[in-house]
Amino acid sequence: MQREEMSLYKITVNSFKNNFRQYTMIIALIVIWTIFSFTTGKVFLTPRNLSNLFLQTVPVGILAVGMTLIIVTGNIDLSVGALAGFCGAIAAVLQVKYQFSTVSVIFAALGVGLLIGLWHGFWVAYQKVPAFIVTLSSMLALRGAILGVTDGMTIGPMQDSFKAIGQKYLPSFFSKTPHFNDSTLILALVCIALYLIFDWKNRNERIKFGFETLPLKAQILKMVLISIAIGAFFSVMIFYQGIAYCVLLLMAITLVFSFVAGNTVFGRRLYAIGGNADAARLSGINIGKNIMRLFVIYGCLTAVAGVVLTARLNAATTSAGTNMELDAIAAAVIGGTSLLGGEGTIIGSIIGALIMASLDNGMSLMNMNITYQYIIKGMILLFAVWLDIYNRRK
Amino acid sequence: MNCDTALSMKNITKAFPGVKALDGVDFSVKKGEIHALVGENGAGKSTLMKILSGVYPAGSFDGEIILGETAASFYNIKDSEAAGIAIIYQELALVSQLTVCENITLGNETCGRFGVIDRNAAFAKAASALKRVGLNVSPAEKVVNLGVGEQQLVEIAKALSKHARILILDEPTASLTETEANNLAVILKELRNEGITCIYISHRLREVFELADTITVLRDGRTVCTVDKNDIDEEKLIARMVGRELKQIYPRKKREAGDIIFEVRNWSVFDGARGKNSVSDVSFTLRRGEILGFSGLVGAGRSELFMNIIKAAGETVSGELLLNGAPIDIKSVGDAVKNKIMLATEDRKRFGLVLSMDINKNISLASLDKISKRSVIDKNAEIQNSTRFAAELKIKTPSVEQLAGNLSGGNQQKVVIAKALMIKPQILILDEPTRGIDVGAKLEIYNIINELVDAGVGVIIVSSDLTEIIGMSDKVAVMHEGALKAVLDISEATQENIMRHATNAA
Repeated sequence: MQREEMSLYKITVNSFKNNFRQYTMIIALIVIWTIFSFTTGKVFLTPRNLSNLFLQTVPVGILAVGMTLIIVTGNIDLSVGALAGFCGAIAAVLQVKYQFSTVSVIFAALGVGLLIGLWHGFWVAYQKVPAFIVTLSSMLALRGAILGVTDGMTIGPMQDSFKAIGQKYLPSFFSKTPHFNDSTLILALVCIALYLIFDWKNRNERIKFGFETLPLKAQILKMVLISIAIGAFFSVMIFYQGIAYCVLLLMAITLVFSFVAGNTVFGRRLYAIGGNADAARLSGINIGKNIMRLFVIYGCLTAVAGVVLTARLNAATTSAGTNMELDAIAAAVIGGTSLLGGEGTIIGSIIGALIMASLDNGMSLMNMNITYQYIIKGMILLFAVWLDIYNRRK
Repeated sequence: MNCDTALSMKNITKAFPGVKALDGVDFSVKKGEIHALVGENGAGKSTLMKILSGVYPAGSFDGEIILGETAASFYNIKDSEAAGIAIIYQELALVSQLTVCENITLGNETCGRFGVIDRNAAFAKAASALKRVGLNVSPAEKVVNLGVGEQQLVEIAKALSKHARILILDEPTASLTETEANNLAVILKELRNEGITCIYISHRLREVFELADTITVLRDGRTVCTVDKNDIDEEKLIARMVGRELKQIYPRKKREAGDIIFEVRNWSVFDGARGKNSVSDVSFTLRRGEILGFSGLVGAGRSELFMNIIKAAGETVSGELLLNGAPIDIKSVGDAVKNKIMLATEDRKRFGLVLSMDINKNISLASLDKISKRSVIDKNAEIQNSTRFAAELKIKTPSVEQLAGNLSGGNQQKVVIAKALMIKPQILILDEPTRGIDVGAKLEIYNIINELVDAGVGVIIVSSDLTEIIGMSDKVAVMHEGALKAVLDISEATQENIMRHATNAA
C-alpha cells in the first residue's frame, strides 16, 4: 500500500515534468482567476461573468484553433483578423442591404473565406512566398476591402436567426428560471459519460495490446479530475442561462480539430512538415498539397469566426477583427505551440485563448486604464514564452 | 629552396565520442613549399586542418603545434589568423552580397575613429591583394557576380591581405573548371616563389603530382608517410592511402544473381547552386539477390545521383528508369514511394527523422495509408506495427512512444531503415548506412541488409568506407566527379583498384 502511494506520487511528479507546459497553463489560468476574484470583489467568478468570458473567447478561440495548425507547419497567418472582419462584413451587407437569408449569407461568408484560403495556399505552397508576407499583404488588402463593402459604415442590425449564433443560449426543457438550465445539465452529463467511456475503452485496448498505460490509481485520479473540470465548466453555464450556441460551436470545432490533429493522416503530415520538412518530403509527403489544404480550411474557419463576430455585435463594423490575429497567435504560443514548428496542441491554444480573454475581462472589470491593460498583456506573453524556453533549456 | 620548417604538428591525437579521429599524427611542413595532404574520406585530413586553424581549440586535443620555432596554442580562428595561418574551405565563405573590397577587408576593416570605414584605404588594400593573385576585377564588384574560380582567388587575396604565411586549401579545385584550376596552380606557384607556404588537400592525384613538392599520406587518423613527390608515383601513393585495417567482420552471403530489377540509363543531374552538372551520364543495372555498392570520394556525385533519382534534389537533365524491365516515371518523392523505391539518407537528423516525434510516428511516416482507414489513423495498429519493427531491428528503447531525438545514432539509423522497410520497398538505397555507428550496431544493420536481399529486395549501398563496400557488395560502382568510372565485380574490387578509379588515376 505504502509503495503504491509512493508510485502514485512519483507518477504525478513525472507527469507534471513531462507535461509541464499544459499544467503550467492550467495553473496560470487558476492563478489569474483567483487574483481577479479578489481584485474585482468576487464579480469575476460569478457564473454570469464567466459565461460572458466564454462568449468573449469564442472568436479568438476559433482563430487560435486554426492558427495552431498553421504555426505547427512552420507558417503564420497575419490576415485572419482582417479576413474574419471581411467575411462578417460580407454577411452583414448581403443580409442588411439585400435581405439574404441567414443560411445563404453564412455560405457566402464561407465561400469568401475559402477563396482567400486558396489564394494564400497558392502563394505560400506553390510560389514559395513566405506566409508572413503573403498574409501581411492580405491583411492590408482586406482592411481596405472591408471599407469598400461597408462604405465605411457600421452595417446592422442582423436578422434574429443570425443574431442567435452569437447571442442566444440553448433553451431549457422544463426549467423556467435563467439560473438553472436543464438541457445544459444533460449535455454536461453526456460529455462526462462520453469522456469516461472513451478513455476507459482506450485504456483497455492499450492493455490488450500490451502498450504502456497509467497505473489504475493514476488513471482513476486523472478521470476524476477531468470529469470535475468538465463539470465545473458546464456548471458555470448551467447556473446562468445555459450554454450559448457559439460556445457549443467552439467546443465542436475544438473536438473536431483535435481529432484531425492527433488521429488523421492529414494532421500527422502537418506535424511532420513542421518538425522536419526535409524528412517529410523524403518520406513521400507532398508538402505543397498539405499546406494548400490547411490554408483553405483555415480560410473557412476564419469565415466562421467572422460570422460569430458579426452575430455577437449584431452588426459589421469597419474595425471588426482588428488585432485578432495577434491575439490568436498569442493564444497559440501561450498554449505551447512552438513557432519553430512541429509542436502544439489545439486544447492548449484554447486554454491560451481563455487566458487572454480572462486578462481582458478581468482588467476591464477592475476598470483598469486601457494603457496598462495592453502593457500587461504584452508582458505576460513575453513571460509565458520565456518560461517555456527556460524550461526546455534545463 | 629554404629548408627551414614552417610548421610542425607533433603527436596530435583528437577523439570524438566513440571515435578516434586522429591518433598520434605527425605533420611537418617546410617553409615556402606546397605540401599536399592526401588520404581517403575519413582519414583525418579535415580534422587535422581544423586543429591547425583553431576551429578545435587548444586543449580539446593532445599534442603540440610548433610554428617556426615556438609552440603555439590557438583557441579560435582569430588566433591562428594572427599567427599567419589562413584556411580556405571547399565551400567558400564569402558574403555574396558584399563587394570584393568589403569581403577582403571583412573582419579586418580599415577604419578611423568611431568605426567609420576608410573606403579609400580599404580599396587600395584590396586592389594590391587582388594584384598578387592576378585577379583582374574591380574591388567594387559584388562577389555574387564572380565565377567560382574568381571567388576562390578573392578568398586567397583576403588571406594574403591578412598577412597569411601559411595557406590551407581544402579541395580548392573541386568546383573549378580545368582552366580555372590551371590558373590557380600558376598563382600558387607564384606565391610559393614569394615564400608563402601552402598546404593543399586534394583528391585529384594528378594535380597533387603537378603542384606539390612534398606529400603526406594520412590513413585511419595516422600518418602513413611524408615523401618528396619525386620519390613516389601514383600507383604507390594509392597503395599507401588505402589498406585501412579491417575492424569489422562482414557477414557476406553468397547468392545467385537473378533478373535485372532496376536499371538507370544515361542519368545526368544539373546542380543549380554550383552551376554545372553534378552527375553526368550514369547508367547501371541492379539484379535481384545482389548488393550494388557505390564508391567514390567526397563530391563524386553519388548522393546527388540518388537524391535526384527519387526527385528529392537537383534538376534531371536526362535519364530513364526501368523497374522490373518496365519504364517508370518518377516526378516526386511520393511517386518513388508508390513505386516502392526508398532512399535512407546519409544525414539522419536532417533528412531522415522528425526528432520531435516519437519512434512510432517516424516509422509510419512514409506509409500512413497502410495503418489508416478513410484517412483516420488506427493508433493501436500503428503502435503494434512499430513495436514489431523495433523488435525485428533490435531498436533499443523502452517503448516506441519515446522521442526519436532521444535515441543513439545506431538506433536512429534503425528507425530510418524501419521507416523504409514499412513501405515494403522493392529497391532500397542506403546512403552511408553505418556512418557514426558503433561496431555492434553496424553488424546488426548488415544482417538486416542480408535478410532484405534474401527476400528479393534490390539493395544499393552508397558508402565512403571502402572496407564496407568491399565487405558487403557483389558489384562495386565507382564514381569520380559525377561520372561512373567503372562497375567492378567483387573479385576485382580491391581497395587499390577502387581508389584508382575514384581518383581517376591513369
